[in-house]
Order: sequence, then structure tokens, then C-alpha cells
Amino acid sequence: MKYLCLIYDDEQVMDAMSKSEGEAFMGEYFAFTEGIRQSGHYVAGEALQPVASATTIRIRNGKVSTTDGPFAETKEQLGGFYLIEARDLNDAIQVASRIPSVRTGSIEVRPVVDFSQQQPSS
Amino acid sequence: MTAAGEDAAGRARETVDAVYRAESRRVLATLIRLLDGDFDLAEEALHEAFAAALQRWPADGVPARPRAWLVSAGRFKAIDAIRRRARFDARLADVAEHLRAAASDPAETDEDGVEDDRLRLVFTCCHPALAPDARIALTLREVCGLTTEAIARAFLTSPPTLAQRIVRAKAKIRDARIPYQVPQRADLPERLDAVLHVVYLVFNEGYSASSGAALTRADLSAEAIRLGRLLVELLPEPEAAGLLALMLLHESRRAARTTADGELALLDEQDRSLWNRAQIAEGCALVERALRSRRFGPYTLQAAIAAVHAEAATAVETDWAQIVGLYDVLLRADPSPVVELNRAAALAMRDGPAAGLARVDALLARGELADYHLAHSARADLLRRLGHTAEARAAYGRALALARQEPERRFLERRLRELRG
Repeated sequence: MKYLCLIYDDEQVMDAMSKSEGEAFMGEYFAFTEGIRQSGHYVAGEALQPVASATTIRIRNGKVSTTDGPFAETKEQLGGFYLIEARDLNDAIQVASRIPSVRTGSIEVRPVVDFSQQQPSS
Repeated sequence: MTAAGEDAAGRARETVDAVYRAESRRVLATLIRLLDGDFDLAEEALHEAFAAALQRWPADGVPARPRAWLVSAGRFKAIDAIRRRARFDARLADVAEHLRAAASDPAETDEDGVEDDRLRLVFTCCHPALAPDARIALTLREVCGLTTEAIARAFLTSPPTLAQRIVRAKAKIRDARIPYQVPQRADLPERLDAVLHVVYLVFNEGYSASSGAALTRADLSAEAIRLGRLLVELLPEPEAAGLLALMLLHESRRAARTTADGELALLDEQDRSLWNRAQIAEGCALVERALRSRRFGPYTLQAAIAAVHAEAATAVETDWAQIVGLYDVLLRADPSPVVELNRAAALAMRDGPAAGLARVDALLARGELADYHLAHSARADLLRRLGHTAEARAAYGRALALARQEPERRFLERRLRELRG
């Protein structure tokens, strides 16, 4: 089963890191990604540009509106994601709890809908 | 049917009822595992299995292993149900076939496996990924077998709200695929904490209802103690024993907590001859066992404090020095302002009300307990003992403004009247 791990961090805290702190943090990410590639959990993963680069688009009454910034202003911003393959939620939580940002921000774990498989109960 | 036949049929029906009371949760726990974590299908299968037992046992006799019979019957009812649905969805045919193939494995219903299933059920219902309210509702519904109506009544909420909570929790178990498992050793401490917390909340809701007229709701406490026994029986963890001890030692005072006319009696005013000695003996033995393990935590320490109270023949004979010492250890293990407040009250008994009052005032100045009625009533009590009547009255008044439970309110009003007179 696939789970999307959404990585939320406070960009100000990230920006305040010294060069060496930032490099060490990135090093942890590289090691983590390599680890979940080897364990077979990795499906995809990307880091995002800061929210300052975000654009939000809506169509209301047929009219397109384009606004600067993210959909919601929050203290922590979506900074990246991993799409993982896990046995169940416990397995997914195990993986997510090793994402480096779990110690500075938070990780939201969301199961992905699988349209090719129907559960017996549904 | 002959009279003898009718007798036999009646006895079989009674047996089905008795088996239902004793075994239905075990059968459900196993069916959920056999049906791949599908709670709803398992519940449906459970009811059909008991319906089949009511039909068959009076005629065929009670089977030698009723539980295994029910699990097997439930599984085949579920396979039938999936087959019926498979007519509309061809993919389900494979699921049904898989279940039928697995049905011949006798290891699936052996004694150890069944006990593991009950633990799986507890850990799944108390999974930290579920909302805290939902964990309590689901545990009482699935593990204890309480009806939705009974749980709603106990928690002063409406049955539809509670049913909705349970439906959402089951949907999350299914959609996020929360596994039907006992956690691995590395995760056990954190996951066990979540389970113990649910049990403790159920007990507290039964022991001191958070609002309303009735001071206690004995049924919920009894369920919590049953859950606690189940955990102690299934898991050799000291904190599980500590929690069971804590609940038994509190429960032992139930009859003494309210006077004949329904008024609240504090620990030092209670008629100790009303304390339940059997529960105290069991609780004290469990505390000793947990303390010896050296892997104990906050529940065991609170139980140890309750045990010191329980062992004192009268309030004045209480070993306050030991209680203060235990609070010191508890504060290091689990710092909280409420524990600090309790320590201050114990300190007042050991070193006099002025020493306790200094601690309570310092604690209130920090602000965390400013709206906690028991902090103000503790302060009022110390002021009263020091003879500061006007200040004591003001503090009792503050406590009264914050208290929500009727017997507690009446107790505070009584104290206020005594200070006026």
C-alpha cells in the first residue's frame, strides 16, 4: 500500500541554519533516502522551493484567479514529500519517523487511494 | 417435543447465553484476524454464528469446544457473505477462496493464538493514530462489548454522536490500514502507554464523573478493572500491574467515598471499615510485584501512594513521610502541576499547614492551576487549618465557582457554612 509523507517545516528555522548545519541536514536526507531505496520503501520523493515561490489558482464562476503564496498561511510550510510503499500504517509510521524533519517540523502520513483494488468491506 | 426434550433445549439456550457472555469478545477478536482486520464483517459473522448456535445446539447438543465451533461457524458465515457480494464484484471470489483455504489450519484457533487475538484487538482499538475519544469508544464497544447506548450514557453524549465516532475510527483502521497486531518490542512501551491511558480514562470517568449529579459510575470502573486484569494476564509489563493496582486501591474506597445521604467524604473523614479489604490486598500485592521489577512508572508510583493510605488504620497514622518521598519520585518520572499539588498536601500533613500553603501559593502563582477547583479547595483547607478564616472563605468561594460536580459543590458549600457559623 502506498502512503504519501508530507514534510512540514518552519522555513524561517531552516533559513536560520548555518551553512554547516544546513549541509549536515541535507546529508541526513541523502542517507535517509538511500536507506529507504535499499529497504524497498521508496517510490518517489522531492524537495520543494520555498513557499515564496508558490502560486495558488482557483476558478470561481468561470473566472480564473491566480494569487501569490500558498493556500493557507501556517507556521509550518509544506517543504517536500516522499511517496512510499509500506506494508501497513505501522510500517509507514516507522519510515516517516526517520525523515530528518520529524525532529524540526512534522510529517503528515496519508494513505493513497488505490483505484485498482477494491476492499472486501467497501 | 417431550418435556425432557424441552428441558434439554432450554439448557442449551442458557448455555448459548453463558457462552456469549464469556466468549463473544474472544470469538470476535479471532474473527477480526481471520477476516483480515474487517471489523464490520467480523461483527456480522459473530452474530450469525451465535444465531446458528441457538438453532443447532438445542438439537445437536453443545459442542465439546464451543468457542472453536463459533469461530468456525462465523468464518463460514463470512465466506458466504463475501460470496454473495462476489456476484456483483468478481474480485471478491478470490478473497472468499483464500479464506476457505485458510480455514483448515487448526493453529488458527488454538489457545495461545486466541489470547494473542485479544491483545491484537486491544492494541488496535487504542492505536495512537486514532482520535483519543474514538479509542475509548472503540475499546468499550469492541473489547468490552458494551452497547453504543450504554457508552453514550456513560459519557453523557448522544448515541448517534458516539456511533459516528466508532464508524469513523473503523473507517480509519480500514483506509489507513492500521494493522491487527501486537506491536513489536521496540514500540511496545509507547503503545502500551496509549492502552493504559485509555483504561485509566475509562476508570476515572467511572470513579469521578467529570460533571453531573452522580459522583460515581461504578459500571465503567468495573469495565476498566476487567480490562486491567486482561492486560496483566496477557502482558508481563510492570506498569500494567501498577495500573490495575491503582484502580483496585481507589475502587476499594468506593463505599466510603459518599456518606449515607450522598455527600462526599474526603480520605481523612472516611469510615475505613467500609474499605474493601480484598481489593486492598490484591492491589498491594500487585504494587509490590511492580516495584520489584524496577521497570515501573507513574501508575505504579501512584498505586504505591494509594497503598500507603490503604495500610494506615486511621488518617492520623498515615506514613506521610513515605508519601512525600513517593511524590518526589513520581515528580521526577512524570512532572505535572497536579502531582505537585498533591505533594504539597502531603507535605502539609508531614510538616504542618504553613509549609503546604507556601507550596500551593507558589504553584498557583505559576498560573497553570488557576482554574483548577481542587487547587483552590486545597488552599482553602490549609488556610482554614491555620485559622485564616476570611481568606479560607474566599478560597472556598473560588473553588465553588469552578467546581462542576454536584457532590463536590455541596461539600464546598458545607465548608463555607461551617466557616460562617
